[in-house]
Amino acid sequence: MSQFVILYFAALIVASCLAAYYKKQGPFMTLFSLTLISFVLGIVGGAGTLRLVATFAAVLAFAAGVSYAFREFLVVIAPTKLGKELKTAPLTASFGMFVIFTYGIAAIFAPWIAPHGESEVIASAFAPADENMLLGADQLGRDMFSRIIYGARNSVGLALSATIAAFAIGAIAGLLAATKGGWFDQFMGRFADVIMSIPSLIFALLMLSIFGPHVYVIIIAVAIIYAPRVFRLTRAVAGNVVVMDYIEAAKLRGEGTGYLIRREILPNSTAPLIAEFGLEFCFVFLLVAGLSFLGLGIQPPTADWGSMVRENATLISFGDYTPLIPAGAIALLTVAVNFVVDWMLFRSSGLKEQ
Amino acid sequence: MGDIVNLVLKRLGFGLITLLVISVIIFFMVELLPGDIAQAVLGQGATEENVAALREQMGLNNPAFVRYFEWLGGAVVGDFGTSIVSGERVSTIITERFINTLFLAAYAAVIAVPFAITLGVVVALLRNTLFDRVANVLTLTSISSPEFFLGYILILFFAVKWQMFPAISSLSDGMSFAELLDRTFLPALTLVLVVTAHMMRMTRAAIINLLASPYIEMARLKGAPPWKVIVKHALPNAWAPIINVIALNLAYLITGVVLVEVVFVYPGIGQALVDAVSKRDFPIVQACCLIFAATFILLNLAADVGAILTNPRLRHPK
Repeated sequence: MSQFVILYFAALIVASCLAAYYKKQGPFMTLFSLTLISFVLGIVGGAGTLRLVATFAAVLAFAAGVSYAFREFLVVIAPTKLGKELKTAPLTASFGMFVIFTYGIAAIFAPWIAPHGESEVIASAFAPADENMLLGADQLGRDMFSRIIYGARNSVGLALSATIAAFAIGAIAGLLAATKGGWFDQFMGRFADVIMSIPSLIFALLMLSIFGPHVYVIIIAVAIIYAPRVFRLTRAVAGNVVVMDYIEAAKLRGEGTGYLIRREILPNSTAPLIAEFGLEFCFVFLLVAGLSFLGLGIQPPTADWGSMVRENATLISFGDYTPLIPAGAIALLTVAVNFVVDWMLFRSSGLKEQ
Repeated sequence: MGDIVNLVLKRLGFGLITLLVISVIIFFMVELLPGDIAQAVLGQGATEENVAALREQMGLNNPAFVRYFEWLGGAVVGDFGTSIVSGERVSTIITERFINTLFLAAYAAVIAVPFAITLGVVVALLRNTLFDRVANVLTLTSISSPEFFLGYILILFFAVKWQMFPAISSLSDGMSFAELLDRTFLPALTLVLVVTAHMMRMTRAAIINLLASPYIEMARLKGAPPWKVIVKHALPNAWAPIINVIALNLAYLITGVVLVEVVFVYPGIGQALVDAVSKRDFPIVQACCLIFAATFILLNLAADVGAILTNPRLRHPK
């Protein structure tokens, strides 16, 4: 029995007793089941496994603490009405917001945060980490940590602009189709069907093979691939609004299509559209990451998470985990956006499962 | 019976038309190349005679729609022309790789489908418990991770640290089946992780949707035991959504395979497509795209037909 094991179990038992004494059922159940699980795993796997469980639990607790604090912070700085709604946000949602906020900071202030330039060669290839380089060097001797920071700007920026392009095209077409109806609606619907029946990655590869891997080609390709999905949703949401009486009244007043879309339909369908934007961003982000992993995304020497994984993949066969960090960064942001979208969908639909 | 056959035939017809439109898109997109294929293959520095000779050899002097019908006619009987880069028949390059890819997808599906459906039903029955929440977070993480992230994590642990499975799936002729399963285990597992998460979430949603319907409440109120409610009342109606979920995810599997094949250097059609894209070998790109699109459409079609067959209400569209 090492000191760590004794301390670990003592802390767990004291914490669960405290929770039980103050009649906090949720925390008590969590803490006590953690104690039991650690007990079983500790017997089976020894102190090493126990340390792993403890680290995992500590990371979870730390994330929960950060999200809790961040939510309280948001509640205080937000206007009263928004603050009230934020108070009901689950911890996962505030964790998502915190992650998005962090990525935003990293992307905007990348040149000030990163110790070195993104394409600056400062060491030999695959040099190990030292006090100068937090995560070591990549395959050309550039600082890995700086490149990850710059990657936030390049990868997320590309995915975001592609999503905005797809969204603009899809939403405008959907709103027009819903208000105009008739042959335009039919034609756009069939067109969207055809595009959606081609697998997205395959279609992107086809377009990139023809027009070459340039940033603007990627944005246009992604916009063409994802606009039909946005079109469908906008068409469905706006279709429900179009049949309302106030639209009829506006039409009788003699308002034009532009006014109808801007002042009557759009304000009544923003909530699902914002949630859709988040989901769409996740898909686009993963697609763009996949493309750049295949070497068809942002071209070197610009730092980009997908291609960084591919370029440094040889390190993995030596048991080094650093090439996984950019991939993990992609996953973390996608999870975070999903958490926030989940909460927004839940809020806007007022959906309560029993 | 007659109207079912009719409906299925109608769906098949729609699928065929979609495929035809897609083949038009795939073919004429290459025509959008600045210059033409011959110029693109030989590069800027090529002499005029060389380009003209290649044009003659590839039949580029015919009008585009004539070449389209020649290409389509060939594609129907499995002849996709010759590769620009290596000069080999495209069909010989692709056939074996396509079989490998189908094997990988089938391997993953055989593990993932029963596993995901069972878990989905269990999670739906235990909804809003701690188990459900943990499952929700885990599946969401797995969906949100790029395939190459999961693949490399598996390589790091299973191949490098614990040395249980090979990191690179090199296949050779005359391998025993057990050896084949061992070599392709990690890529299959990666696909399983991604697809299971999707399938589980969709199954859960379908079942929960079903359990909220009035006839389930009726069955409960009349005192039927819980297992009977599930097996006799819920399950027959759940088949349609579940079949849908399976088919959609198999379609997803076919395309998710591209990234996984690259990670594990698996000799499949996805890898061939990626190679061809970077070498700008258009006949192979076109062939692979057509095959992927056809598989995708076929599986979606299967989902539609399966839903129609198991749900009598869909047979009489309003």
